[in-house]
Amino acid sequence: MSTRYVVTFTLIMTFISAFILAGLFYATAPMAKKGEEVFNKRAILAAVGDYLPNPLSEMSDEEVLSLFEKNIEQVSLDMDGEKLTDITAVKIDLAQERKKPEADRQLPFFKYKGDGKTFYIMSMRGKGLWDDIWGNIAVESDLNTIAGASFDHKGETPGLGAEIKDSPKFSYNFIGKTLYDSNGNYDPVKVAKGAAKPNTNSVDGISGATITGDGVGDMVWVWLKFYEPYLNKLKSETKMGMK
Amino acid sequence: MADTATATPQVKEPLFGKKERKLITDPLNDNNPITVQVLGICSALAVTTQVYPSVVMSIAVVFVCAFSNLTTSLVRNHIPKQIRMIVQLVIIATLVTIVELVLKAFSYPVYKQLSVFIGLIITNCIIMGRLEAFALANKPWRSFLDGIGNGLGYGAILILVAVIREITGKGAIGGFAIFPQSFYDAGYFNNNLMVLPASALLVIGVLIWIQRSMYPKLVDVS
Repeated sequence: MSTRYVVTFTLIMTFISAFILAGLFYATAPMAKKGEEVFNKRAILAAVGDYLPNPLSEMSDEEVLSLFEKNIEQVSLDMDGEKLTDITAVKIDLAQERKKPEADRQLPFFKYKGDGKTFYIMSMRGKGLWDDIWGNIAVESDLNTIAGASFDHKGETPGLGAEIKDSPKFSYNFIGKTLYDSNGNYDPVKVAKGAAKPNTNSVDGISGATITGDGVGDMVWVWLKFYEPYLNKLKSETKMGMK
Repeated sequence: MADTATATPQVKEPLFGKKERKLITDPLNDNNPITVQVLGICSALAVTTQVYPSVVMSIAVVFVCAFSNLTTSLVRNHIPKQIRMIVQLVIIATLVTIVELVLKAFSYPVYKQLSVFIGLIITNCIIMGRLEAFALANKPWRSFLDGIGNGLGYGAILILVAVIREITGKGAIGGFAIFPQSFYDAGYFNNNLMVLPASALLVIGVLIWIQRSMYPKLVDVS
């Protein structure tokens, strides 16, 4: 077969393949985008999963979107705890923020109101064993006690590191833990190696997934610290309000 | 399906003749891609910790294997043999990307869970192996069936291994716990070793052993 035939064949084949894939990509893009949006909003709501009107797994995509729209107030922050007006919190991509120098990062912050209770949800992203891990932690209105948490990951080992997402027990253990110790010093919840000692501010680690557990611990420490300026502002605001 | 096949008048090559049926049933046991040809081991080790990802992976492989076989067979007389392998790779990669895009659009959570593994179908030796060994020399319909058969043979082992590993490693099937809490209170432990990739090799090894002692003709006497 001549070189000419080979080249022509390659060109035609590449063209057909590219055409099919590009067409399919554009045809499915809106659905993929909606899927991603619902997926992300579910993850945020999962942090307050115990307080939602219905269990999250039983809610349809539309219900999730409308609940989010109705009950969540979004705040975008810079690293000094100042509100940003040019971007909505759900649009902030922490994967991109992690690449920036710390001082330039933007933080998404969510206020959930429902049933007369208010929760504040903070997002975070760090590194597990293989790849990125991320999560959302909700605190009660005292801005200290954790009301719920949800975690996810890109490529942790199924059955081991992936348990941070798959095992409801892991995130459930965060409930009731705190961001500050009894003296008000920053000392957020830690992930223990193996079982956590009772009455300490730490949760059970996952056996066989120490590095992922450490990753979660580090991520929680680093990112909750980022929110500290804003949390302090909220605290002084509520104090002023009480007087 | 057998009814419709017998109802249509017999043409030269029946849709589901004896040979065609054999194309599907052969890879399930006698010529299983994993346990007999020992191909596609890499993904069999990676995804089989839980049943659900294994099922999705199996469906994806059946699809890619069947349609890459079909496509290759359709153009088999036009493929320049100097770039044969590259052409096959393009066909496989295109189909895998289609699977990925469709999954992303229709089931985003599953896509999130499996995205790494789906991409790895491209490197699954079974698919390339069937293109080389079968599709390049056979007509489209038979190649298509051969693809389905091999995909199913791969999927059957994948799901079997996943069931064994999820029961022993996590005490569950498809995410549902099967052992009551009293078992654990009585001192039963999930075997964490079973969720590690090495144990998949062990399970597959034992399956090969069982299969060969049941079917002595599979034993390599050379």
